[in-house]
Amino acid sequence: MLRDITIGQFFPGNSFVHRVDPRVKLVLVIAMIIALFFAGGVVSYLLIATYELIVIWVSRIHFKMVVRGLKPILFIIIFTAILNLFYTPGDVLWAWHFLHITKQGIFTAIQMVARIMLLIIGTSMLTYTTSPIDLTDALERLLSPLKRLRVPVHELAMIMSIALRFIPTLIEETEKIISAQRARGADFESGNIIQRARAMVPILVPLFISAFRRADELATAMECRLYHGGEGRTRLKQLHICWIDYLAIFISALIFGTVIVLGRLGW
Amino acid sequence: MTEIIKAENLTYAYHDENGKSYFALNGIDLAIRRGEFVTILGHNGSGKSTLACHLNAIRLPSGGKVYVDMMDTADESKLYDIRRTCAMVFQNPDNQIVASVVEEDVAFALENMGLPPAEIRRRVDDALQAVGMYPYCRHAPHKLSGGQKQRVAIAGVIAMMPRCIVFDEPTAMLDPAGRKEVMQVIRELNQRYGITVILITHHMDEAAQAGRVVVMHQGQILMDGTPREIFSQVERLRQASLSVPQTIEVLYKLNKQGAGLPADALSVSECADILQKYLT
Repeated sequence: MLRDITIGQFFPGNSFVHRVDPRVKLVLVIAMIIALFFAGGVVSYLLIATYELIVIWVSRIHFKMVVRGLKPILFIIIFTAILNLFYTPGDVLWAWHFLHITKQGIFTAIQMVARIMLLIIGTSMLTYTTSPIDLTDALERLLSPLKRLRVPVHELAMIMSIALRFIPTLIEETEKIISAQRARGADFESGNIIQRARAMVPILVPLFISAFRRADELATAMECRLYHGGEGRTRLKQLHICWIDYLAIFISALIFGTVIVLGRLGW
Repeated sequence: MTEIIKAENLTYAYHDENGKSYFALNGIDLAIRRGEFVTILGHNGSGKSTLACHLNAIRLPSGGKVYVDMMDTADESKLYDIRRTCAMVFQNPDNQIVASVVEEDVAFALENMGLPPAEIRRRVDDALQAVGMYPYCRHAPHKLSGGQKQRVAIAGVIAMMPRCIVFDEPTAMLDPAGRKEVMQVIRELNQRYGITVILITHHMDEAAQAGRVVVMHQGQILMDGTPREIFSQVERLRQASLSVPQTIEVLYKLNKQGAGLPADALSVSECADILQKYLT
């Protein structure tokens, strides 16, 4: 069940999308999010959806993996849809006691669901095709002007990349603990929400203890490998903007620009 | 000066909650020459891991001195040089791999050293080839087996080109196949690349592969010699709550019955020869 959590997972590959400079990808994702919020009608949403489908297709990531990434937020999607469906004022189509569905409600609900799904798919395509180190590297470089304002950019990037590195390790560990507690007769399936939440305690306590121990050991290992912060550090991978990046920027700018214009027109 | 590591009257004390102090290390004198393959054997709590932590200044002595290539580990200005000379590989491979891609993890130490990217690339490739993990350079470490992960961790350390590597129970969390892989790599580092190896372990068969065995007991060095010398002293090893390799165990038991055999066979074939001679 835990294996379904794929947000923050990287699938190595050598496709066009994989090879785009991580800094460019990061900026493009932000641009995509902005464009998404400008989108106002069916056409602009379809345009962004097409854009994302093309990215998925070019990157050769299995569509199944992308859909699986949506599962954890299924609840949020449904919740948003229901709220918007019942609480948007407008022309009433159907009413029962205090519940009423309006035409505008249906439209907003569909729009919100589309927006959330496109947002998650778009951002997870970034993490699927960019190794966490590249990603934090890109962040570090994009934010490096902030170093002058004494923002600990390198440290934050390091924290992020280690957090991402340990997600699969900790998931594996959690599964082991769950099996171990189940073998001791722990019951995670029955009871109401409170009882089930309480059943999580014997999982979380050992997980936290082991996470702290891991952190301690990792810190020692990093010191042994001469880690001393960002000062004077070089990188194996050097980032160069090349034709692939210009092409990606050009195509994306074209689509996002169109989306923004169409969105303002209400399409 | 041929000693790469030298400990003089090394003590390390720690305090419990009541302020009572205990000696994890109590007067260690140890000299390790360049190119040696030394194993440090000891029961749990014998101080062997604490000793390891002193060899590249993770811990500093409470008393006495430790020198790594003539540099005093207490000298903070030499810290990076010490850690570059004497690197360390830990027990759990998961907790020493920093990056999410194998080659980027191997590059970690080199990036910290501030080497130019082309030099990093060359050293990473060499290190991965030396441990036989080059085909996996673009893989994610969490998808590798335990032995493979530990080999990646070793590559990350040898990329620094240290002259000495301390292995702190590197096989304790591995399955037999992984243990074999890692031991093979360790032996090669010593034989082919001339790196001084200090292997901390409680596996007798691993200790038997070294050129020299140091046995620790209660924070002190109990025995120091070649594997043959050490393992033939079954009684003294038992006193340090250590067992002996199975081959020696068999001969020891036979000798107790008055067989009068040479009691220092380290390999199975050697032991078999002795037994065959005895039986025919």
